[in-house]
Amino acid sequence: MSISLDEVRHVAKLARLELSEAEMMTFQGQLNALLGHFEDIQGLNVEGLPAKPHAVALKNVLADDIARVGLTREAALKNSAETKAGLFIVPTIIEE
Amino acid sequence: MLTTHTAAELAAKLHSKEVSAREVTQAFLDRIEAHDGEYGAFLTVDADRALAQADAAQELLDAGTATSMTGIPVAVKDNISTNGMRTTCASKILENYVPPFDATVVEQMNAVGAVTIGKTNLDEFAMGTTNENSAFKPVRNPWDTDRVPGGSSGGSAVAVSAELAAVSLGSDTGGSIRFPASLCGLVGFKPTYGRVSRYGLIAFGSSLDQIGPFGRSVEDVAMTSEMISGYDAMDSTSLVDAKISTKGLKDGSLKGLKVGLPTQLFTDTIDSGVREVLELAIDNLKREGVEFKEVDLPSINYGVTTYYLIAPAEASSNLARFDGVRFGPRLESDGHIESFMKTRGELFGPEVKLRIMVGTYALSAGYYDAYYHRAQQVRGLMASEFEKAYQEFDVLVSPASPSVAFPLGGIKDQMALKLLDFCTIPANMGGFPSISIPCGLSEDLPVGMLLTGPVMSDERLLQISYAFEQAFGRDYRRPPIL
Repeated sequence: MSISLDEVRHVAKLARLELSEAEMMTFQGQLNALLGHFEDIQGLNVEGLPAKPHAVALKNVLADDIARVGLTREAALKNSAETKAGLFIVPTIIEE
Repeated sequence: MLTTHTAAELAAKLHSKEVSAREVTQAFLDRIEAHDGEYGAFLTVDADRALAQADAAQELLDAGTATSMTGIPVAVKDNISTNGMRTTCASKILENYVPPFDATVVEQMNAVGAVTIGKTNLDEFAMGTTNENSAFKPVRNPWDTDRVPGGSSGGSAVAVSAELAAVSLGSDTGGSIRFPASLCGLVGFKPTYGRVSRYGLIAFGSSLDQIGPFGRSVEDVAMTSEMISGYDAMDSTSLVDAKISTKGLKDGSLKGLKVGLPTQLFTDTIDSGVREVLELAIDNLKREGVEFKEVDLPSINYGVTTYYLIAPAEASSNLARFDGVRFGPRLESDGHIESFMKTRGELFGPEVKLRIMVGTYALSAGYYDAYYHRAQQVRGLMASEFEKAYQEFDVLVSPASPSVAFPLGGIKDQMALKLLDFCTIPANMGGFPSISIPCGLSEDLPVGMLLTGPVMSDERLLQISYAFEQAFGRDYRRPPIL
């Protein structure tokens, strides 16, 4: 199993990472090294074993429906690169 | 000097009014000012804020409502949110981020009057084993400043080891508390998953992350654990009986204790010097009546692989929130997707980008079952092997690190760096409480012994660690440079 430069490019796009060609090459090598190790568990017989997504599994964690004070709008917006009229400004998605 | 004392000793002095909280905090601030240039342990220190907290602590002490942690200076890893105080994750993408709220552990510190002495350096987003992945500066080990302190909580480890703080908080996803504790000659504890709230801990691998303390003694670590543990409705993975009690900490006995030694963690993957120190420590404990027996846990050999599928998968999802909209700078580009990509591409460091890539790949269509799902099955296998062993043993013991501290830049191979967490990863997989305690020196550098117990056995594990610590003695623990 190995990953091509085109696949690295595709994964970078899925991951929303702009990478230089040099970075692509580096990551290709590092990803292939890791994929080589991932082969370790490919040979294991895990047929029928349950997946364990949690360290300590809990069931039906519910919070009481009690109103409490949240962040003020000002506090929530404080770390944003761009805000206007009490809102986050996102990059333009639909062209005029 | 005040800074040489353990937190427990400082607490006694504060309660007897021998010293004031301000004097204690000032002493640590002075040491940070004078010496942190050599170590790089801190990213942010706010002296005025710390002294104001010390004054508030003094009021609790004077009013007789103080706890053992009141007025104790605590260094906090910079991926733990502090209201109004910069929290960077040692990343350029959060360089100027000032959280508008406190993490639950910080609220708990404030409630008892523990002092936030500063925010500590780490591998960017807690991804790394040497603390060389910080976007700002590496951290240096006080035992030898040409060597790494271990990571990712390297700053929190060195803050305590170099006596710049009494205790500290780190986070442990695959060994990020216990590994640096081992390399710096400290006690480092990862509690059972769910006993310490993760609310306000900037997430890396949510099913593995756990906040825990560093200290110069088991007692200090137990005191700090008591402060930061407890059920928290803000964390849906919080356990109901989460509070860790220090009651009975010193009442443990070594006689008849049953300890398992996983054969997979005593192979020649572990440096011979480390193994020799462990064997001496084990012989010492045998004479005190501890019973040791080897136990075969074959799934340990799949730990690192499983970890490097699960943790990056979770990270790739958690770090999707950093897109230049709600936090951090935004770098403009042609379109909105291009703007996200440019911001993330330029402001995340290489290790973070690699892990996001690995995680995205493992979760992508066609690979999910072969990688991510299979890794979760292996995780289940690992946990059940350990749980079976706990039917026979009180704890499992191994080295905490395959080697002592090594030179900065000494390991270049990415995979070799990742294999360093070989001993510590299984505890994160199963949510088990796990602690590294100093057990001797090899090449004049500290060696840590790792003790891991079943889920919710934190008090028992601390009690056993305390008894081991008494048997080992504490005299070798200060770095010679101090």
